[in-house]
Amino acid sequence: MKKYFIRGLWHDHPALRQLLGMCSILAVTTYVINAVFMGLGVIFVLVGSAFFVSLIRKIVPDEIRIVVFTVIIATFVTIVDLILKAFFPGISDALGPYVPLIIVNCIILGRCEAFACKNPIRASLLDALGMGLGYTWLLIVLAAVRELLGYGTLFKKPIMPSTYNPLSIMVASAGAFITLGFFIAIMNKLGKKVT
Amino acid sequence: MSSLFAIFISAILINNFVLYYFLGICPFLGVSAKAESAFGMGVAVIFVMTIANTVSWLIYEFILIKFGLEFLQYLVFILVIAALVQIVEMFIRKFSPPLYKALGIFLPLITTNCAILGAALFMISKKYNFLESVFYGFAGGVGFTLVILIMAGIREELEYSDVPVVFKGAAITLVITGILALIFMGFGGLMSA
Repeated sequence: MKKYFIRGLWHDHPALRQLLGMCSILAVTTYVINAVFMGLGVIFVLVGSAFFVSLIRKIVPDEIRIVVFTVIIATFVTIVDLILKAFFPGISDALGPYVPLIIVNCIILGRCEAFACKNPIRASLLDALGMGLGYTWLLIVLAAVRELLGYGTLFKKPIMPSTYNPLSIMVASAGAFITLGFFIAIMNKLGKKVT
Repeated sequence: MSSLFAIFISAILINNFVLYYFLGICPFLGVSAKAESAFGMGVAVIFVMTIANTVSWLIYEFILIKFGLEFLQYLVFILVIAALVQIVEMFIRKFSPPLYKALGIFLPLITTNCAILGAALFMISKKYNFLESVFYGFAGGVGFTLVILIMAGIREELEYSDVPVVFKGAAITLVITGILALIFMGFGGLMSA
């Protein structure tokens, strides 16, 4: 049981190993606080849809399973979007279209298709939680690097000395691509290579 | 007319889907290794994005707004896109086998291409009218094709160069994409002028 949870954190990391869900990783990591909320949102959608997909896995005909999964995922994403809009309007504005775009985040459909639709509920929940947490730690670390170098702050509080000249390239889109590229290279160095 | 032109230029060069909004990165990394498949993917995206924007706009305007169901937009859009991809696939298989042969394998992948859903969401949030939405979908697809073709050209050259082992594959592609994004930032000056 434990291995289902652990592997998403490192060994089968959804983004660094399987190269899934890159869009939101690049887009929301300009501030750590955005990354935290995005990570929580993805965990909620991932765990929720894994539960329901696993629950109905024996009833759904094979031909229409992708559509059914998509509807389940879109429902959870709508819930997240409405909650953010109601209680955290600032975060909702900052994340913008990337909250609804969780629907097409390949990590979620990927885990439903590859794991939750073939396995019992408990294993599916652990798998989803592991993948979600793996995704979230990467978001937070990446956002910390970019926010610290790009704005000189963490959680919007100044950290760097006042003489520090922020590298605004780090929070522009170019910085996102380059930083993630280096992260994948580091991951390749530490573990076995991905292609 | 000038607003249509502005939408066109901005969607291709300035607010490019891949380099500015980070949408469609998965197919971008996946099929940019060869120029031929990159072109096929690009054409398929232009095709589906234009039709998806057209249909989504009509459904949003005449069904969702009319009945006060805007909160269902994500659910409706993703189903429209999934259904459209299926229909387009069946249609071109029947009527244009050569086109099907060229685009066939890329079409199913497009459902999970976030650029398509992204284009539909942006056109709603930017409050485009019908013609602008159709144009926006088309231009977004052209922008995607442009970047994926440039990337494919670079990656074909890259095969013969001496890349550090740990950077091989996705890592070096992302770093180069970053440099491309930097270059495209220069186009930002076009709009204010």
